Amino acid sequence: MGMTLSQKILADKAGLEEVKPGQLVTAKLDLVLGNDITSPVAINELNKAGKSGVFDKDKIALVMDHFAPNKDIKSAQQCKKCREFAAAQNITHFYDVGEMGIEHALLPEKGLVCPGDLVIGADSHTCTYGALGAFSTGVGSTDMAYGMHKGTAWFKVPSAIKVLLKGKKAANICGKDVILHLIGKIGVCGALYKSLEFVGDGCRNLDIDDRFTICNMAIEAGAKNGIFAYDEITAEYLNGRTSRKGKIHEADKDAEYEQTVEIDLSALTPTVAFPHLPENTRTVDQAGDIKIDQVVIGSCTNGHISDLRAAANVFKGRKVAKGVRAIIIPATNEIYLQAIKEGLAEIFINAGAVISTPTCGPCLGGHMGILAENERCVATTNRNFVGRMGHITSEIYLASPYVAACSAVLGKIGVL
Amino acid sequence: MTGKAHKYGDNVDTDVIIPARYLNTSDARELAAHCMEDIDAEFSAKVHGGDIMTAGENFGCGSSREHAPLAIKASGISCVIAASFARIFFRNAINIGLPILECKEAALDSLDGDEMEIDLTKGFIINKRLGKKYSVPPYPAEIREIIARGGLFG
Repeated sequence: MGMTLSQKILADKAGLEEVKPGQLVTAKLDLVLGNDITSPVAINELNKAGKSGVFDKDKIALVMDHFAPNKDIKSAQQCKKCREFAAAQNITHFYDVGEMGIEHALLPEKGLVCPGDLVIGADSHTCTYGALGAFSTGVGSTDMAYGMHKGTAWFKVPSAIKVLLKGKKAANICGKDVILHLIGKIGVCGALYKSLEFVGDGCRNLDIDDRFTICNMAIEAGAKNGIFAYDEITAEYLNGRTSRKGKIHEADKDAEYEQTVEIDLSALTPTVAFPHLPENTRTVDQAGDIKIDQVVIGSCTNGHISDLRAAANVFKGRKVAKGVRAIIIPATNEIYLQAIKEGLAEIFINAGAVISTPTCGPCLGGHMGILAENERCVATTNRNFVGRMGHITSEIYLASPYVAACSAVLGKIGVL
Repeated sequence: MTGKAHKYGDNVDTDVIIPARYLNTSDARELAAHCMEDIDAEFSAKVHGGDIMTAGENFGCGSSREHAPLAIKASGISCVIAASFARIFFRNAINIGLPILECKEAALDSLDGDEMEIDLTKGFIINKRLGKKYSVPPYPAEIREIIARGGLFG
């Protein structure tokens, strides 16, 4: 039986000719990631176990992005703990305020992930790097600690769902609409423990930012990883970011998939996930009259330059509706600077939006835009769980940057 | 082990198990004080050492925060029984030594307050109210070994 792309990478990193779904393997890691929330727990675990030393100081990335710039004393203590650990272990890729960005936008930008890599991160959205043809998955802090110390992790080899993408999406359709449509179709458990492998001619019509967004939210369907095969779009993105080549794998022709889901990109319309699960999707024309209090455009899902461009296209010459707070969060400093150079920052400010420093901030209810009782927010983030962005009675509607910007102008969910 | 069940529904996410606003600490006891707060404000007051948590499908979905199983464990819960677990939560629970069992029938049959008995070694669950015994297949050897060590770093 042939192997899927994800299985090929796991087999390679486990030093095996072949792996089968359900098999438990121990595999070598190319990168271990942690942030200011999850790394302190990992550092505690290493200390408790009396383990000192990391397997490779160049293959660990620590990013201070969640509650940074620090929102309170406790958060500052957590970052301090990470900073001291990074210094003591001489960690090469330690990103603090000034250099940091949202981890899943930052690591690809810094060229730390290549096709064929095996990456674990103590953050559930680590699955983002599948966009570059890597096997990359979220784990907890103990796995991170073990990975930092040993350079290995245990994996149950996943079976896979083939997502066959066809056609070309319309101009205002984003990667976000593709993944929300898929989650709406298969549900939040639809890919539990499995890989989502994106294939088909439609892939050529998805730019790298679309692919990052799509793989980022694979976890919201329960998936272990999401992955696109390496192609010229991947090559173009990697060019100039890394001197490493990685290893290009392809799924076997006779690879087995548990299920095939077809998506015609040309048929997609802007999609919104209603509270309180990402699977509660409706097309925007079915949204009804939902007045909103806040819009957040950013996060590891949609804080890329193309996301900011899509939002700026809407905001240009328009104003954020009275009574709506629009918060724009470029995912990294490089993206922020690019937005300034392209004049996007000026468009946002003239529209009455505010631009924040890169941070995960409001996405997980940390800071920089917490919701009060009964408030509603259209967010380009990834989760709309109860209380995720603030008060337990507040509501989050997940959408693309285009829909979010339109909604900010309209004062309610909709498109212009 | 024997304890009283605290029953929840499907898709219990790690944001409700431990809201992110409390993630500015990794102190397990502090986390436990806010465990389940957003879906069950009384949980930390009513839970007793040895109690059992039961839930539907996809328990622990969402964020990878290990604070979630840490908070549940520190609250005194001795075992979580669910119809299914989200994969990162599953790993985290095994890695920190919080016993979890996937048993759809036992999870769905259970009601809040049921007296339940669990034998992890023999692989069974008894719901005393129903007088019903459920057998749970053992984990693969590699995972049993991690559990036996008391966690990944045990």
